[in-house]
Amino acid sequence: MLAEGQLGVAVFNRLNAIIMSAVVGLALVLATPDARALDVDVTHYTLDNGLQVVVIPDRRAPVVTHMVWYKVGAADEPRGKAGIAHFLEHLMFKGTDKVAPGELSKIVKRNGGQDNAFTSTDYTAYYQRIARDRLDLVMGLEADRMANLTLTDNDVIPERAVVQEERRSRTDNDPANLLSEQTVASLYVAHPYRKPVIGWMSEVQKLTRDDAMAFYRQHYTASNAIVVVAGDVTPAEVRTLVDKHYAPLANTAEPGERLRTPEPDPIAARRVQMADPRVATPTVQRYYLTPSYRTAAPREAEALDLLAHVVGDGTTSRIYRKLVVEDKIATFAGAWYDGNSRDYGTFGFYGAPAAGKTLEDVEAALEAVLRDVLANGITEDELARAKNAMLAESIYALDSQFRLATVFGSALAIGATIEDVQTWDDELAATTRDDIKAAAAKVLKIERSVTGLLKPAPRATAAAQPATTQN
Amino acid sequence: MKATANLMARLRVCILAVFVCAVSALPAAAFEIKQVTSPGGVTAWLVEDHTIPLIAMNFSFAGGAAADPTDRRGLAHLLSGMLDEGAGNLDSAAYQARLNELAMRMSFGAGHDEFTGSLQTLSRNRDAAFGMLKLALSAPRFDARPLERIRGQVLTSLREDREDPETIAGAEWMRTIFRNHPYSKRAKGSAEGLAAISGDDLQDLTRRLFGRDTLIVAVVGDIDEQTLERLLDDTFGALPAKSQMPVVPKAAVSKGPIVTVVDRDIPQSVIRFGHASIKRNDDDFLIAYVVNHILGSGGFGSRLMEEVREKRGLSYGVYTTLYPLEQAGVFFGGAATVNARVSETMDVVRAELKRMAEDGPTAAELDQAKTYLTGSYALRFDSNRKIAGQLLGIQRENLGIDYVEKRNDMINAVTLEDVRRVAKRIIDADGLIFTIVGRPKAVQSSGNQG
Repeated sequence: MLAEGQLGVAVFNRLNAIIMSAVVGLALVLATPDARALDVDVTHYTLDNGLQVVVIPDRRAPVVTHMVWYKVGAADEPRGKAGIAHFLEHLMFKGTDKVAPGELSKIVKRNGGQDNAFTSTDYTAYYQRIARDRLDLVMGLEADRMANLTLTDNDVIPERAVVQEERRSRTDNDPANLLSEQTVASLYVAHPYRKPVIGWMSEVQKLTRDDAMAFYRQHYTASNAIVVVAGDVTPAEVRTLVDKHYAPLANTAEPGERLRTPEPDPIAARRVQMADPRVATPTVQRYYLTPSYRTAAPREAEALDLLAHVVGDGTTSRIYRKLVVEDKIATFAGAWYDGNSRDYGTFGFYGAPAAGKTLEDVEAALEAVLRDVLANGITEDELARAKNAMLAESIYALDSQFRLATVFGSALAIGATIEDVQTWDDELAATTRDDIKAAAAKVLKIERSVTGLLKPAPRATAAAQPATTQN
Repeated sequence: MKATANLMARLRVCILAVFVCAVSALPAAAFEIKQVTSPGGVTAWLVEDHTIPLIAMNFSFAGGAAADPTDRRGLAHLLSGMLDEGAGNLDSAAYQARLNELAMRMSFGAGHDEFTGSLQTLSRNRDAAFGMLKLALSAPRFDARPLERIRGQVLTSLREDREDPETIAGAEWMRTIFRNHPYSKRAKGSAEGLAAISGDDLQDLTRRLFGRDTLIVAVVGDIDEQTLERLLDDTFGALPAKSQMPVVPKAAVSKGPIVTVVDRDIPQSVIRFGHASIKRNDDDFLIAYVVNHILGSGGFGSRLMEEVREKRGLSYGVYTTLYPLEQAGVFFGGAATVNARVSETMDVVRAELKRMAEDGPTAAELDQAKTYLTGSYALRFDSNRKIAGQLLGIQRENLGIDYVEKRNDMINAVTLEDVRRVAKRIIDADGLIFTIVGRPKAVQSSGNQG
């Protein structure tokens, strides 16, 4: 559920899209299975000012990935300020006493580097990818903006317009994303995960410089930050630079415990539906409120990951085989589990009806698959295959320096530990069919869920055909 | 037969940053590309790296969606979705189960001019994974049931595309500039074209398309030359020697100014703009690449990003790109803004393109572009997958096995005179083709006889 800040235009992403990308509105969670079991030699320590440091070696190319993660996200925002965490992420590029507005990215570029940032419900992260001998430079820049952000309305007002355009691009122009936003808002009755990371337009348009500075002063401080360096560099080299740039920073704030209103026990199944002329393919999706990796009982989150894999991940899953291949009820369908947030996770399924079938047909068929799992569990063979596939993912993850840095950075930012990441494969291997059955029985209850239905609607007037001519 | 290129190319970066000024002496890429030719005559570029137990392979054949029969639009794209749906004695379910068991990743894609594939495997499953690819290429089944299923998925995706503003803008812009040329058509094809395609059509395409004479292969990771030579023969050796794909005709491109508005009731208009440009084999291509970087491809700091986003808050993203195809090159860009500000955004884009064409980049802009483009080149080579992708592209464009070594020197050799001359040559602010999807205020299509 990342709302990516800064540049987000993928050239030709659509023209070259392949068939399997037809999944509506669930892209991020589905796209990246987790890889917490990472066979890498991680160094981890905490400075006197509370700042945590993680070093991950990857000596294959002479480059580094440098990230700063702040343990603050959209779920930590004050009332009435939805979107301030993400807005501040944009404004962090607007300069300090030493660096002019917009200059940071240009300095990184002039040194052959790339930079960006992203915000989730639980964290905000900034990164640079650059030649290894520029680590000194980018650490200096990040340490500077951790302590010395300066903002003027000249920068804040146009950037607020940019964020509003970002919201229109991501959400308002896309009915599937609008419905997802409504579904999440219904899943959480009280907990702040109900807010979209980018914020509601009604509040985003009123955010001010003072709002941003107040949020910055409260949350952007050494003890609330995690620095991750992955790449062609030794822990000793990193330590020298960390001592130079980050160690001298005073801890200027105590953000305190991350107190968020817990969800009351779910007692009512919810349904949201939306009809929109822009909907070409009706879809049904259901989200169940679950524990996250951090809040789950031992092996419970692993069990939900394995369950989602068996039931709904890819063309060999039960849902795809049954609904898409055998019964031809759905064009596409699947299930997923996202346990990577701090307080709660989500188990979800989705499907789109095949020609001649209805959303109700798809929903009933999806429920039948889950009922079968609840009654009979999964087979030993399915369990072994799911474990094999998920463990292989953690080997593929080793090929991406950025992904390695992200896995460790996000884990620490949501309150997990390095050890949690590194023992994930042991926990996964130890998870049994009984664990899965128990987790399914606990989580897959209709009163824990929201079902979202996206339907087409007639157009008020037919869209005009494009009229083209040459002058 | 082996040809070796030593890739210890040096970054010659003079740092302009405010904080440091040091001369870097890092290799852009600390690896060696070997050209490997199997006993059967299949050639690949190989980078051996045994650090992690993975192998990545990318390959391509000449001929893609632009060569689809006119009554079978979408054929190559449908093939890309059907190759993993059963082969040899494995039906779709058995084939997919085996892919899953091997934890391998295999995908295919149809571009306008080429058909591409990629394979990633854990070292321990190497031979079995290559065997699965061989089966897909040489004995695909195209059984009726999976064919209907995948056809249905493409049709669904086509329907969704018709409502997606970004996709509509891109497709309509291509239709406007390429008119009746195959490049004007979506690779996914049309409902009519898809309906006409049979399993025999797909079989016929594999026999025409998978010829060893146009095959290009790049392999990176935990594999040595001898093993690769054997696997190249095993995997590709039995394919037909010659490709029999039709030649795509040269493309005539529309000239602007043209403005097309596609009416959609959405709060934000999606804008696509551009015009004809040069091809990859043009002597000025690399210079044009530098010009485009300064104008609009470099993210923050590009002229368009500064003027459209940073100063005016008009759009979350704004970009330009060179898009060279085999039979024509084009240049295009995009932005998205609230309906009321479309006209203003178009004016800013026109003004910036005009300024670039007339005055060209400044000396400072050129220097900064060089340090970025040369310094960041190594970031394209920091994983097996990325290296394989780069090596495939370099081979497809015939740039030479020493290109990685020479490329930064070529960028550094670009002069201010070069970029000014080429900016004038490739940018035509008055001849822009705009496609706008939304309900823009005070912007109309430039004619009505469509």
